[in-house]
Amino acid sequence: MDLPVIASKAPLTPQGGCSAGSCGSTAGQLSGLSEEIRRKVEDHPCYSEQAHHHFARMHAAVAPACNIQCHYCNRKYDCANESRPGVVSELLTPDQAVKKTLAVAAAIPQMSVLGIAGPGDPLANPERTFATFRELAIKAPDIKLCVSTNGLALPDSVEELAKHNIDHVTITINCVDAEVGAKIYPWIFWQGERIRGIEAARILIEQQQKGLEMLVARGILVKVNSVMIPGVNDEHLKEVSKVVKAKGAFLHNVMPLIAEAEHGTFYGIMGQRSPSPAELKNLQDACEGDMNMMRHCRQCRADAVGLLGEDRGAEFTMDKVEAMEMDDAFLADAMAKRKALREQIAAENEAKKAKAHAPQPAGVAVVTIHRRTTTTDSGRPVLMAVAAKNGMVAEHFGHAREFLVYEATAAGAKLIGHRKTDLYCDGGDTCGDGESVLAKTIKALEGCEAVLCSKIGYEPWGELEAAGIRPNGEHAMEPVEEAVTAVWHEMLAAGLLNAPIAAETKRVA
Amino acid sequence: MALEIVETCVNCWACEPLCPNRAIYEAAPHFLIDADKCTECLGDHAKPQCVEICPIEGAIVNELNEPMNPAGSLTGIPPQRWAAAQREIAAR
Repeated sequence: MDLPVIASKAPLTPQGGCSAGSCGSTAGQLSGLSEEIRRKVEDHPCYSEQAHHHFARMHAAVAPACNIQCHYCNRKYDCANESRPGVVSELLTPDQAVKKTLAVAAAIPQMSVLGIAGPGDPLANPERTFATFRELAIKAPDIKLCVSTNGLALPDSVEELAKHNIDHVTITINCVDAEVGAKIYPWIFWQGERIRGIEAARILIEQQQKGLEMLVARGILVKVNSVMIPGVNDEHLKEVSKVVKAKGAFLHNVMPLIAEAEHGTFYGIMGQRSPSPAELKNLQDACEGDMNMMRHCRQCRADAVGLLGEDRGAEFTMDKVEAMEMDDAFLADAMAKRKALREQIAAENEAKKAKAHAPQPAGVAVVTIHRRTTTTDSGRPVLMAVAAKNGMVAEHFGHAREFLVYEATAAGAKLIGHRKTDLYCDGGDTCGDGESVLAKTIKALEGCEAVLCSKIGYEPWGELEAAGIRPNGEHAMEPVEEAVTAVWHEMLAAGLLNAPIAAETKRVA
Repeated sequence: MALEIVETCVNCWACEPLCPNRAIYEAAPHFLIDADKCTECLGDHAKPQCVEICPIEGAIVNELNEPMNPAGSLTGIPPQRWAAAQREIAAR
C-alpha cells in the first residue's frame, strides 16, 4: 500500500535495508519510517519501542469530563487499585498538574513526555488541558507534550493543538463502520444532545477521520489506538488499520479489551470476554502487513508516572508535591540533568548501532530483525519471556512484575507484547504464598518456551521446566534482543527447533 | 422548577460549563445546582444540558425526586443484570 503523507516528507527506508537509524532494538517496530519521524519519537516511550526501555512519561489527570460513553469504561473511576485507562486516584487542577510534572521531571531525569489522557477526554476539557500545556511549554520546554482523545472534539481543537506545539496525538479508533460502532458506544453528547445508536457512531467516526486528516495535513504525528473486542470489532480492526494508515497515521496500537465484572463496565457486567494473548498477537500480525504496529503498550492509568510498566504515581501525590520548593535554579538544574541523560542515552544507542553494523566475529550470529518472519527453513519461531530492566536481561525472576515477550526466529528477536504478573517473591513474610503466585506466573507465561532472567531460584526453576518453559540465567546483563537471539541459536544447535511446537507449550485457545 | 444533583455524582465537571444560567457550582462532596437559577434549560435548549451530558445514572433528579437518567439508560446494563453481578461479586 502507498504511504502518501509519510513519503511526501522523506524517502522511505527500504524494507530490510540498514541505511537509516533503525538498526538496533527498535528496528522491528519503526522500520519504514522516515528519518524525520524517527527523530521525533526517539525519546518518546509510548511511540518508540526502544525509547520505552529508557524514557519515562507521566499522565496528568486534569481532564475529568467526557463527551461519549464507551462500553469498556465506567465513569465511577475513582479507584487506586486498578490499572487501566480512564482510572485515576486524584484529579488535578492545571496548576497542580504543572507543579507535579515539574516535580516528577526533577526526580526522574528520564522523564521526556507529559501526556493528558483523561480520565475523561482531554479535548472535552479544552480549558483545563490547554492551560496545563501553556504553562509547561514555558516552564519545561524540553518536555514533549501529547494528548490522547476519542476524536469527537478533535476537528475543533486541531488549531489549538498546533498552536501549543503538540506534535504527538493519539486517537482511539475502534471502528470505521457505524454498525460496529453502535455495539461499542452507547451514546455521544453532540451539539447539546445525547445521541444514541448508529447515528452516534456515525458522527463519532466522521469526526475521528476528519481529525486524523487535519492533524496529518499539519504534520502532527498521529498514533491510533484500538481496543480489540472479540466478536465485536476484532476482524474489523484489519480494515481500520488499512484506513488509518492510508490517511497517514504512523503507528497502530491494538490493545486487548480489559473487562471484569468488578470494574462495573458494560462489557465487564455483560460477560464480554477479553482476547487471549495469542489472539491479540494474531491480529497484530495480520495488521502489520499494512502498518507499523506497537507492541509495548501497557494500557496505563490516566495518572501513570514513570517508565512504562513501573508506576511510581504513589511517590508523587499532591500533598508531597505541594510540599516541594521549586525555584528557578532548581528547575534549570533539573532540565540540565535531563539534557545530560538524553545525550548519554543517545550516545549509547549510537554505540549499539555501530556495533550492530560492524562485521560480526565468526561464530556470533546476532541479527537485527527488519521485517516480520513467521517461519524459516532452519528453525521454527519461539516465544520467549524476558525479565528486563532498561533494555537488559537484568531482573530476578522472582522480582519481575512483568515479562516482555519476544518472538525469536533466525532473523532475530521481535517484541510482541508483555505479560503482567504478581511478585513471586517480595522478600517479606508473604513468601508462604509463593507457590500459588508461581503457578499464576507460569500460567501468564503460557505459550513461551523459555524465560530469560538475571537470576532464578531452585524451586521456580523446576516448576518452569515441568511446565515446558526453559529457565535461562546465562545471559544476565546482556541487551534483551541479543540475548533472545542467542538463546534461539542455542536451542537450534541443541536440535530443539526442528520438531513442531511441543504439545504441552501449545496454547489452547 | 429546578433539577438537583445527588450523591452519586462523581464530580466529572462535564455539566458545569454547559449550564446557560451558570446554576451549577463545585461543592463538597459533589457539585450542586442553585435551585433559584435553574430553569431546566427552558427557552435555551430543547433538553436540560446537564442531564444530556451526565454519564452517571440517577445523579440528577427532578423536583419529584425522579432520576432524569434512570438505571440502565446510559450504560445499557439492565438493572437486574447489574444486581446479579453485584451479588456474584459479593459471594466470592
